[in-house]
Amino acid sequence: MGMRRQRWLGPAMLLPAIFYVVALVGVPFLLAFYYAVGDVKVGSTDYHFVGLHNFASVLENPAFRRALQNSIVFTFCSQVLVLIGGNVLAIVLKEAFRGRRLLRFLILLPWVAPVSIGTIGWKWLLDSLYSVINWTLIHLHLVDKFSPPMWLGQPTLAMISVILVHTWHVLPFSTVILLAGWTAIPKDIPEAAAVDGAGYFRTLFQVTIPMLLPIINVALLFGTVFTFTDMTVIYILTRGGPYDTTQVLPSMAFFTGILGSDLAEGAAISIFLLPVLVLVAWRMLRTAHRTEMA
Amino acid sequence: MAAGRRRRGVLAGTVRWTILLGAAIGLSFPFLWMLITSFKRSSDLYNLENSPFLFHEPPTLEHIRLLLQETLFLRWLWNTTLAGVCVVAITLLLAVPAAYALARLAGPWGERLGIAIFLTYLVPPTLLFIPLSRVVAALGIQDTLWSIIVVYPSFTIPFSTWLLMGFFKSIPRELEDAAMVDGLTRFQSFLRLVVPISTSGILTVVIFSFTLVTQEFVYALTFISSAANQTVGVGVPIYLVRGDVYYWGSLMAACLIASVPTGVVYNIFLDRFIAGFTFGSVK
Repeated sequence: MGMRRQRWLGPAMLLPAIFYVVALVGVPFLLAFYYAVGDVKVGSTDYHFVGLHNFASVLENPAFRRALQNSIVFTFCSQVLVLIGGNVLAIVLKEAFRGRRLLRFLILLPWVAPVSIGTIGWKWLLDSLYSVINWTLIHLHLVDKFSPPMWLGQPTLAMISVILVHTWHVLPFSTVILLAGWTAIPKDIPEAAAVDGAGYFRTLFQVTIPMLLPIINVALLFGTVFTFTDMTVIYILTRGGPYDTTQVLPSMAFFTGILGSDLAEGAAISIFLLPVLVLVAWRMLRTAHRTEMA
Repeated sequence: MAAGRRRRGVLAGTVRWTILLGAAIGLSFPFLWMLITSFKRSSDLYNLENSPFLFHEPPTLEHIRLLLQETLFLRWLWNTTLAGVCVVAITLLLAVPAAYALARLAGPWGERLGIAIFLTYLVPPTLLFIPLSRVVAALGIQDTLWSIIVVYPSFTIPFSTWLLMGFFKSIPRELEDAAMVDGLTRFQSFLRLVVPISTSGILTVVIFSFTLVTQEFVYALTFISSAANQTVGVGVPIYLVRGDVYYWGSLMAACLIASVPTGVVYNIFLDRFIAGFTFGSVK
């Protein structure tokens, strides 16, 4: 009796969750492909198969190519900064000291506070007229009073701004992940290397960092997904401007598919996110598999 | 030799504290700036001759009064709370049993299914928002709070199931075995034994799901088009701006009120969320 009851209990407890996720992730995921090879528009129920037409028209669009390039630059630059910054912060945070909790909280704020709200704070800091950053730079005589940098109004500066603000947002997340790795390193290993005469940086690059590679891998995988697929910082800071020069794939998909009502082309644009996601998922499965083996 | 080492120690300490303080002040600066802006009079704020770091006129509560009385801010806070409670309820109802089933009843497939469910958490809103906007419209819940209440659990459930699965696995099996020998069914022992001793794991999931509702931006922006139905995460950055005019004082006050409580609570539970992200690759 007890055994028979157990056989349906597992599925009964598991299936509602699976059903929910399949209905709201699996089905829309397939629909995204279905839309991308059709001609759906908002407000019409007509559907005709158009093959790869949407992909071809997207690829011909210079604005799309710019967005694709921006997405790569945006992700690569912010991940480099995050990995360097995250490791440096993990090193200084790993030992216990007075006030550690408070400093950790301040360092973590950009991640734990809602990103849209942190970003609007930056919009004020980078304001064209009242920017406190420009005020400081002017008073340090680093920039000209009459032509201060237009952080969000000039293409290169705008790109740098969105990269830095996004880095500001995800840096604490990677820091905490890396911190978990740094605190797990047994103290005696770097000490033994030091006794053998290896200097700080030699120990760091030849002993410590190789030991940290698995956790650096995890931080990088999540960081890449959170960066490559995000549009919040860009939407709030620049709306992809000036003149679409800071547009990335997700924001372009939003402007095309949601605001522009061209669902088909929007879906085609967001499908270009997929190769990176597949790559990350594959690497993650390998990581999970390896820890399962260990 | 000893003096050299001491000097190096002092140098290392100085470098370390410079980085620590620099990072803490630098990274939290936007929030500090929200605080200063919230209490500054507009005439002081928008006077280019004044140093932005100082108060040239007495502080004011005018921005906060405007925010609370003449904007939808309180409405957004209420919407966020309401959606948060519903999302937490749906998440718990589905993720707690699922995690238990994966940890105890699915056998060797449990771990793999768990990873598969976790991977769906990686599918980003920006890939799904276009088809989901149609699904939401088909359900007749577009432009209502219901749209996000229904959709948000699609990413809180995978992550929560994954977190709770690890949690349930750490509970000794003997506990339930003993209870079942005493005549409880498997489900009864789950409800009466496992759930009560898992309070801290369940609380982690509650906090994770609730804060996610305050942090999410893309779906709320996509599905909800009336200002009055928004959450605080979209309402503040999008709808507090009138035309092209930014009311920076009120805007920054809103940012501060919306972000600090979430930040404090999330910070307390952060280490547990991180354990879910690292797959046990730190031992």
